[in-house]
Amino acid sequence: MSTAEEVAQKVVLMKPDDLPGAAREVLVGGGRMQMAYAWYPRPGRLELRYLSGKAVNLPFDIWRCPVEGRIPSLANVWPLLSWYEREISDLFGVEFTGAPDVHRLVLHEGVELPKPPFASDYPPGHTLSLKTRQRLLPEVAGAERDVQLLPFGPVRADVLESAEFLFFYIGEAILFYQPQLFFKHRGMEKRFEGLTAERAVVTAERVSGVGSVAHALAFCQAVESASNCLVPPRALFLRVLLAEMERLYNHLHYLGHLAHTTTLKVAEAEGKFLEERVKQFNGRLTGSRLLRSILTVGGLRHDVGPIGWLAEELEALRKRYAIYARRLENTDSHLDRLITTGLLDRQVAIDQGATGPVQRGSGLDRDLRRDHPYAAYDKLPVEVAVRQAGDGHARAQVRMAEIHNSIALIQRVLVMLPDGPLHADCKVIPNSEGLGWSESPRGTLFYAVHFDANGKLSRVKIKSPSFSNWRAFPFTVHGSNMMDYAINEATFGLTIAGCDR
Amino acid sequence: MPLWTLLGLMAGNQTAPWPLSDGDDGQAGLLGMPRYRPEKCADGCEACAEVCPTKAITLREPGQGGGRLNVDYGRCVVCQLCTEECPTGAMTPSADWAFGVRRREDLVWREHPAAAQNASPSTAAFRRSLHIRHVDAGSCNGCESELQALNNPFYNLHRLGIFFTASPRFADLLLVTGAVTYAMREPLRATYEAMPEPRWVMAVGTCAVSGGIAEGGYASGHGLEGVLPVDVYLPGCPPNPAAIMQALLMFLGRKPQRAKGGQLVE
Repeated sequence: MSTAEEVAQKVVLMKPDDLPGAAREVLVGGGRMQMAYAWYPRPGRLELRYLSGKAVNLPFDIWRCPVEGRIPSLANVWPLLSWYEREISDLFGVEFTGAPDVHRLVLHEGVELPKPPFASDYPPGHTLSLKTRQRLLPEVAGAERDVQLLPFGPVRADVLESAEFLFFYIGEAILFYQPQLFFKHRGMEKRFEGLTAERAVVTAERVSGVGSVAHALAFCQAVESASNCLVPPRALFLRVLLAEMERLYNHLHYLGHLAHTTTLKVAEAEGKFLEERVKQFNGRLTGSRLLRSILTVGGLRHDVGPIGWLAEELEALRKRYAIYARRLENTDSHLDRLITTGLLDRQVAIDQGATGPVQRGSGLDRDLRRDHPYAAYDKLPVEVAVRQAGDGHARAQVRMAEIHNSIALIQRVLVMLPDGPLHADCKVIPNSEGLGWSESPRGTLFYAVHFDANGKLSRVKIKSPSFSNWRAFPFTVHGSNMMDYAINEATFGLTIAGCDR
Repeated sequence: MPLWTLLGLMAGNQTAPWPLSDGDDGQAGLLGMPRYRPEKCADGCEACAEVCPTKAITLREPGQGGGRLNVDYGRCVVCQLCTEECPTGAMTPSADWAFGVRRREDLVWREHPAAAQNASPSTAAFRRSLHIRHVDAGSCNGCESELQALNNPFYNLHRLGIFFTASPRFADLLLVTGAVTYAMREPLRATYEAMPEPRWVMAVGTCAVSGGIAEGGYASGHGLEGVLPVDVYLPGCPPNPAAIMQALLMFLGRKPQRAKGGQLVE
């Protein structure tokens, strides 16, 4: 796509009053709302964008709606949109009528806000500060004396990302759970403004460190789509290789961390050792353990190093992993803590927008690599692992199956990898826009990019998978118990940096 | 019921002999800070300074001597763009990642690095037992990924007598990652205040040293600059686990500081 007009079949202009009906149509048709964001097409002219998909494998639809008059909230039709609306309220000052929840989200309550941060009259160079620190808490009616509040964080035990978790509990039972996220909100989307596309890849790689490839890839593809740019085949295949190496080390880390929460010391060590192996492979391949500084708009910045050794090393890893996985699946004390833990109902997963291995563990058969193929995935056999149970064990099993699938995909790429150029010049078209996506280790990731008249980025929206999964996660915690909490959280495999941005 | 203990024993010792003795540090092929060679720099060329995303490379005022460029590795995010843009080989890729230093100015390139004075460490009593409290003050999670790796069997940080601790009350060293967002400034200060003296602060990753890629903007700070006094600086994006271990051992006086005047000296 390039300009909004040229892709009229995909970008639909709507009036505010048309939005609820259209959202309901998506719901009835079995589709899904994917994200919403705001941007300024011209100074002082604010526009909302909604991304929807009518069915799993149909092209995405983009709705544009100028902000004029009353904007109805869609959160009563699509609960997952509540977080997007609250983000737009925080950053752009738009109000949604009839919204079920109007509290701040990405900015903390008590923030001193001269203007919304994305408004053109926001004072340049001004850093936000907190007037007061306020917790957002629901009121507890009735047995106040029996219900205790446990605030945990934002500085938690161990080497972990910062967030505050609030538990209302009686004894072991959790009545209500509320994560207070966005301590790490860095305003990353605004850091893209004014950058050239090539330079901005470096920023995209640093939105979520353990998703560097997924972020850079979705961003590059958004720019390539805006510039009608074709990436050479060798780069497309290598992009798959990099993306699957990223999935591999993330999923191995996930299993090691999960074993940590079920106190299997050797299993923790083994999972993290296998993760370390893959990170060292990454270093040998690209010079970066997190696979940074290799993707760029139009292809790759440089080739991977000699890769003759990789097939053999991966086969050795696969064998060792197979033994590890079999043992995990035969350890009663591990399985006892996972089976029936943190049940995520299929309908809740749909309503709240769960994504990636989390939704696939609740029976939703969706994967962008197969449903909306990018890079070279359309030429590769992508198997999508799905489990029906919706519990922690199902989520872990999805990831375990994906480890096997990732290794198989990489081995296939190594066989099929064509020779040829790695990079095509992409000329950015002024005032163009594009959408890019990737199936990150944690689920669907979208980048929407808009260029200004000078070919510089004027707006970048990032929809990270953890933003979706953090929204769904609390629904599995209410009514559960304290002993299961850390295990349940580990089965979701959430990051905070990606969510907070 | 599988015997995990047996599996562990059969796998044998997986730990790298480094850093206690020579051997594989696990960082083969990794790229570190680009190496600056001022003699190769061409007059009138600004390619590297223009492409640098974090202003780690800036042009010097003429007549200052010591090359045409200011190169501040405390701002470098290791993106390698300068090494690709430089037409003359004045900025070249290198494996120089052991950039843990005690003084901020040792991250800035200087012509005669040997002149640097090493501050004498006051950490003698902690050489064999150091407890660290980590605080994520707004990172991308890349630094956490590498910090978590320190406890995997390959690096096995515990064997060096270095431990992560849950409570700041038990901590000797506050290890900070991230650019310090507006919402994390107070929790970070509160953690520092809760530590007993003597206490030290280590900035891990370019974000914590100077703000990194997220610096500025409405929500993000400039790292620990002006927030807390810093005793060890380790730039990198992220610094690899071996670099973190090297910096910790350097801080404890068990390894020499390798980076001086913005370059590795032996």
